[in-house]
Amino acid sequence: MNKLNKRYLTIIIPILSVLLGFLVGAIIMLISGKDPINAYLWLFKGAFKGMLSGNLARLGDMILASTPLILTGLSVAFAFRTGLFNIGVTGQMLFGGFVAVLIGATVDLPRLILVPLAVLAAMLMGAVWGIIPGLLKAKYRIHEVVVTIMMNYTALWLVQYFSKLIIPGHFDTESQPIKESASLRTEWMTDVFDGSSVNMGIFLALIAVLVVWFILEKTAFGFELKAVGFNPEASKYAGMKVNRNIILSMMIAGGLAGLAGAAYYIGYTDHIPLGRLPSYGPDGIAVALLGLNAPVGVLFSSLLFGLMSVGKGLMSIRAKVPEELVQIIIGIIIYFAAANLLIRNWIVKLINRRKVKVNSND
Amino acid sequence: MEYVIEMLNITKEFPGIKANDNITLQLKKGEIHALLGENGAGKSTLMSILFGLYQPNEGKIKVRGKEVKIHDPNVANTLKIGMVHQHFKLVHNFTVTENIILGMEPKNLFVIDIPGASKKVKELSEQYGLKVNPNSKIEDISVGMQQRVEILKMLYRDAEILIFDEPTAVLTPQEIKELMSIMRHLVSEGKSIILITHKLKEIKEVADRCTIIRKGKGIGTVDVKDTSEEKMAELMVGREISFTVDKEEATPKEVVLDIKNLSVKNNRKLMSVKNLNLQVRAGEILGIAGIDGNGQTELIQAITGLRAVESGQLFLNNKEITSESIRKRTESGIGHIPEDRHKHGLVLDYKLEENMVLQNYFKKPMSKSGILQFNIIREYSDRLIEEFDVRSGQGSLTTARSMSGGNQQKAIVAREIDRSPQLLIAAQPTRGLDVGAIEFIHQRLVEERDKGSAILLVSLELDEILNISDRIAVIFEGEIVAIMDAKEADENKLGLLMSGAKEVDSHE
Ligand SMILES: Nc1ncnc2c1ncn2[C@@H]1O[C@H](COP(=O)(O)OP(=O)(O)O)[C@@H](O)[C@H]1O
Ligand SMILES: [Mg+2]
Repeated sequence: MNKLNKRYLTIIIPILSVLLGFLVGAIIMLISGKDPINAYLWLFKGAFKGMLSGNLARLGDMILASTPLILTGLSVAFAFRTGLFNIGVTGQMLFGGFVAVLIGATVDLPRLILVPLAVLAAMLMGAVWGIIPGLLKAKYRIHEVVVTIMMNYTALWLVQYFSKLIIPGHFDTESQPIKESASLRTEWMTDVFDGSSVNMGIFLALIAVLVVWFILEKTAFGFELKAVGFNPEASKYAGMKVNRNIILSMMIAGGLAGLAGAAYYIGYTDHIPLGRLPSYGPDGIAVALLGLNAPVGVLFSSLLFGLMSVGKGLMSIRAKVPEELVQIIIGIIIYFAAANLLIRNWIVKLINRRKVKVNSND
Repeated sequence: MEYVIEMLNITKEFPGIKANDNITLQLKKGEIHALLGENGAGKSTLMSILFGLYQPNEGKIKVRGKEVKIHDPNVANTLKIGMVHQHFKLVHNFTVTENIILGMEPKNLFVIDIPGASKKVKELSEQYGLKVNPNSKIEDISVGMQQRVEILKMLYRDAEILIFDEPTAVLTPQEIKELMSIMRHLVSEGKSIILITHKLKEIKEVADRCTIIRKGKGIGTVDVKDTSEEKMAELMVGREISFTVDKEEATPKEVVLDIKNLSVKNNRKLMSVKNLNLQVRAGEILGIAGIDGNGQTELIQAITGLRAVESGQLFLNNKEITSESIRKRTESGIGHIPEDRHKHGLVLDYKLEENMVLQNYFKKPMSKSGILQFNIIREYSDRLIEEFDVRSGQGSLTTARSMSGGNQQKAIVAREIDRSPQLLIAAQPTRGLDVGAIEFIHQRLVEERDKGSAILLVSLELDEILNISDRIAVIFEGEIVAIMDAKEADENKLGLLMSGAKEVDSHE
């Protein structure tokens, strides 16, 4: 009964955070004289409208928006579960994406080889970008947060430099686009989803969810990585190679971020916008937090964020509620999710109070 | 005789467990009253009820003859009841005075009157012989001093009834002696004390009466001076406890561990094991006696591979292991019950079953092609739990963090012994445990010896060393200053050697 309670609490908190986020959003709308029910109706319609009559375009867009989030969220969650805080998703994603674009723009190969090659290269590059903070942490105990933040900016400017040098685009702000044969988009998916640019990236993301879950929960390798994250001293005592595991964790997290880069830069778009860090990195932290660092949790929270980012357009047009409100709601959800412990204590207190009352009654 | 506190027929249930079941405890004014029970017997729960942290399901509490309801610690405060918790509740970057006045800051118009408070703290400290500097920061003072700050906190609030929850668990032997005299001082000034402990010696030394609880049930109250330690232990555990371990004469065989000219540095880069030589044979228990900090920790860490060796060599069964990896050493037959169970022995956030396979999770049958075999791990863990009587809320699924210290230790002992290592290193294997658990662990160590393991025991408790060792080595400033047959050793002789008196033997 105790155990059940605990598991129930764990799941209920993110759900409660989401509800509270929407509730606060509604209050803000009420204060500014808008109709929250109408607004939320349009928010959801923005993501699902047309679905019943067979038009899946909006659903496709929602999946499209969720795809990179799932992968960056997984990257953060994986690192976190193994005791590391990967702020470097942004840079790993950008650099991974750049390599994918580079291959997609310059290499001449049949599609069947070109696309996997670009994807693998992106993962590899992300992993390489993850090795550096991993190494510095393992060898010199330099905190990964500091290093990865710096690595993000290094990635930003290196990517800009190499883009201009090797694959300059038509505009100063963009790289050269990839060839059509290198894109993750496929005709059949665009057909099924009535013109949405949703692409094979979602399959990569779903596979990644499965693989990460499997590694963390089922394998001896995951057992070891998590042990090192929880207690490096005890892991050392037990004969695990602590430093090697730190580096491996960062590599895998980087690889996932690199995969996010592929999904975004050769799936969602087809080029690298220069001088801009992708916002999927920080969003990945939010998604991981709300998803309790569990792969399935990441999947669901990414879909929710995807829904909101796709639906906000229609909401602002039809209900005249500015798009920024969605950002506010997301912010509030994250606050509540982060205050996990606080909410947990509230709930526990509430339950206990009721129990004491019951006790004193009989 | 009037009682200041009467807890009558207290019952307290937690989900799934009766932590207190009809317990009665009566405290006389001016006495030191011990509360004795095994780990998990319900001592802390009972005292938390008195302090207002829990409400009892049944039973009455009388304070100075009047029945009271203690809803929360504030009520306890006004009733002049104070408590030093097992885990101190201090703010580390605050000074002693700031910590003491926390929550009841004396206001001098608008500002907090720190100097005034500081003066009062100083006076109290002098009155009770506590020797606390009111202006030190908590992070700069020793654990023993921190405990005195907790005592001052109670005194500052004019507490008359002082509850100490296992105060000696965190102290060094010297600090324990000082605490005892502080407690005597406190009662001589008219305070009354409830002392929670499972160390019988301490009860014998300071307590007047002793209330015993076993698995939540009140067993009774005895006069300490009329009751032997053996009797109290029996009441506590519910069966006869032997303090001396029954064991046959050792039959040592070949040398398993051979340490040659070993030197090891400590964390401060000072040489703390110096040119040390030692051999441990199959079928014997070699005890290392010594005062804390004379190189024991570094020696063990060097043998197990947790710390690099400066110079010298280590041999296990004639094979050199000086620079082998930890895993290699484990695989070639070293078991290690570590000194610090939280730091090294367990991953506290892992479940008990995961901790049971901490060294062999990757091997068959725990894993197959890299995939954990959870059903086999569960079976294995269940077996160890059964065999070693590891008690916990949810068996194999319990998070290690939520288990009591004694049971955490039993889990580690189970894991290390079950691997049947050829060399078993036991560092302070019974620290903080109750007599029942101590007896159990000692028996298992002797059993391992009889099966032919070489056992290296390091302990700060001389009783333990004398009790189960076959040979005793004394370590002083990183050197072995004497090795003797356990039959030739006694507390005095060891005590002298441990403090560096080398010529002890020549006087005999
Ligand atoms: N807050 C709690 N909720 C549930 N069970 C508890 C709680 N506190 C203690 N227990 C259980 O009650 C029993 C008695 O615990 P405790 O009073 O801490 O023992 P002791 O102090 O004698 O070692 C143990 O089995 C413990 O697990
Ligand atoms: Mg206790």
